[in-house]
Amino acid sequence: MSAYILRRLLYALPILIGVNLITFLLFFVVNSPDDMARMQLGDKRVTQEAIDTWKGERGYDKPLLYNAAAGGLGALTETIFFQKSLKLFAFDFGQSDSGRDIGFDIRQRMWPSLAIAIPTLLVGLAIAISYALMIVFFRATYIDVGSVVLLVAMMSISGLFYIIGGQFLIGKLFRLVPISGYDTGLDALKFLILPVVVGVVAGIGSSTRLYRTFFLEEINRDYVRTARAKGLHERKVLFRHVLRNALIPILTGVVAVLPLLFMGALIIESFFGVPGLGSYTIDAINRQDFSIVRAMVFLGSVLYIVGLIMTDLSYTLVDPRVRLS
Amino acid sequence: MPVILITDALIFVLIAVGIGFGLYAARHEHLRGPWRQVGRSPIGLAALVVILFYIGIGLLDSLHFHPRVESVAAAPSAAAPTYSTQIISVLDLWLSGLRERQEKTFSAPFASHLFVKEPIEQPDGSVVRGYPRLEHGGAHLDDPARRGVDIALRGLLGMVTGLIVWSALLVVLIAVLALRWRQPFNASVRAIWRGETELPWRVGLITLALMLVLSFMAAELAAKYHILGTDKVGEDVFYQSLKSIRTGLVIGTLTTLVMLPAAVILGIMAGYFGGRTDDVIQYLYTTLNSIPGVLLIAAAILMLQVYMTNHADQFQSLVERADLRLLFLCIILGVTSWTGLCRLLRGESLKLREADYVQAARSLGVRHSTVISRHILPNVLHIVMITLVLDFSGLVLAEAVLSYVNIGVDPTMNSWGNMINSARLELARDPVVWWSLAAAFVFMFTLVLAANLLADVVRDAFDPRLRSAA
Repeated sequence: MSAYILRRLLYALPILIGVNLITFLLFFVVNSPDDMARMQLGDKRVTQEAIDTWKGERGYDKPLLYNAAAGGLGALTETIFFQKSLKLFAFDFGQSDSGRDIGFDIRQRMWPSLAIAIPTLLVGLAIAISYALMIVFFRATYIDVGSVVLLVAMMSISGLFYIIGGQFLIGKLFRLVPISGYDTGLDALKFLILPVVVGVVAGIGSSTRLYRTFFLEEINRDYVRTARAKGLHERKVLFRHVLRNALIPILTGVVAVLPLLFMGALIIESFFGVPGLGSYTIDAINRQDFSIVRAMVFLGSVLYIVGLIMTDLSYTLVDPRVRLS
Repeated sequence: MPVILITDALIFVLIAVGIGFGLYAARHEHLRGPWRQVGRSPIGLAALVVILFYIGIGLLDSLHFHPRVESVAAAPSAAAPTYSTQIISVLDLWLSGLRERQEKTFSAPFASHLFVKEPIEQPDGSVVRGYPRLEHGGAHLDDPARRGVDIALRGLLGMVTGLIVWSALLVVLIAVLALRWRQPFNASVRAIWRGETELPWRVGLITLALMLVLSFMAAELAAKYHILGTDKVGEDVFYQSLKSIRTGLVIGTLTTLVMLPAAVILGIMAGYFGGRTDDVIQYLYTTLNSIPGVLLIAAAILMLQVYMTNHADQFQSLVERADLRLLFLCIILGVTSWTGLCRLLRGESLKLREADYVQAARSLGVRHSTVISRHILPNVLHIVMITLVLDFSGLVLAEAVLSYVNIGVDPTMNSWGNMINSARLELARDPVVWWSLAAAFVFMFTLVLAANLLADVVRDAFDPRLRSAA
């Protein structure tokens, strides 16, 4: 087992190097640091000195790949590639363009993101599974047809409308909870309800439909027919046999997104003013803070790969037919 | 003088590809059969009619030209490069009434007065703060209080016109069908009315009637009113919604077109050749896939913005600039979304490689390129088609979200995302300015719902595994 994990981690290394190279190319080769400085300083007729100071303050004044001026090992380490890109591997994110420590920010903003993402995932999962199970129980009736139409309609609504509608209905018309904002400790609860509800509702259409197909796939299997032939109750067939087996694809799908929960829900967080990683990323994009975007790209890829490995492992845990090889 | 923007050219390429593929599919039963099944499904046909309406508007909006300047002396100077002339499309020309009838600021749908109070000068010289009359919306009315009757009458007129046009179309269509079916006209009418035809003509015709009546009513009313209100700078929201259709369609279709060659070639190569090739291609798409899509798009668009601000002189007009950004967005969306199709194609070619007929072709000494183009490619086309249709709605929705984060289409371009984004802040007003949001919602929802329904039907028709399960 541990040998397998180790091997998978080693496989992940070249992928991370690839990600690193892509971000390096995107951020430093396609446009030079001079271009970025000019963009940030805003003015077209900005002086070369101002650009040089801007670059100097943020450490962009080094050569890209090879520093001939510095002696010894410094020829390789005193470069943008080493300072800005390679250091990401040690999770040393450095400073943002506005001078804040990115690592510190990420550690702080992780918690609000999780406080929204975990309840959204769990509640959404519970509702989607029970709804899908209900549809399957009433399959080929009007409830089935109506539900599928409803789900497709729900899928066809842009997530933005769920957010705007939720804010407008619950926050403004009924004045049940604050529209946006965040607080520490237990006071955060009243701020969390609306984002979680919106997140759950927005995701229900596609997930329920997916789970319905999982259930329908299982329900035509031989073992289900056997269970029915034994004279088992339909309820028991569904819960004991169909649900259990359909949980395999459902849970492994969930495991894959688990690490990405850290990244937060981009749009929801920034709409509701939650100081999580999602709004952090959006703010960085809007402020054109390249260091933060670079750090989040790398972090996101690491988490995605962790998710892949965890998915493979969870397959072997829940399904004994799958062997590690 | 006609202008061909890059996305226009690509749209025409796409249509050419579509027609070519249609001709190809018509000659091959394994592709024709499922499509016929799509046509036989009532939902599929209804969705198809709605989507065709959207495509028609989008196409009209893709024929761009420089309008001729009215005065004679201006004609030679119009070609002068000092000041780029305006680029408009055929749709703009058609809707020039809507485009030019601007108000000062917000006004509600069908309103005759402005939404915000302004000082109005009375005939006797005094100034009163009130809601001034609109310059265009309902300006033909002497008494704005009788607006309801006027709206009802115009709506009715539009409805009747729509029904007349529909009936004319209906008669022609049934006459053609009756000739083809070799039965009398009346019998054909009865068969369609009872839904006894092979294709669900009844549903298709009802959808068509609905769309025609709605569009004629809208046309009749929009001539005198702002039927969906006006936005902050007084632009007609109905016009904006219509213009946004092209943006949505371009993102939904061109993205797939752009990524298609890479996904098909690499996917088939990985599956067919295996070994080292497979490893390299798999590495490529795992790496791209592991970068969160939004962040990759954000990074790429940020870089494009840096490039555009530093090379502002390369773009002749705002329209061209916005167009290039749209194309770039399509490309980068394609880069983030081709991996799914590539993986599917790899898996399928991996299976096909072992098929008897491929083995036979190989042992007869047929070259790899020929095997791929004659035996592998035709047998994975259905996957390509399903992906194309399935991805469409997601991409249209993605545009709205990306525009919200300011990494979508150019802010000067009409798109549903930009409409939502600018209307979002107005919800805080009291009374609420809701019409921009509602318009974007209705137009987007209709398109995406139709696309989703069609995608379901197409997938059921092409996916043999599901067909056996049903």
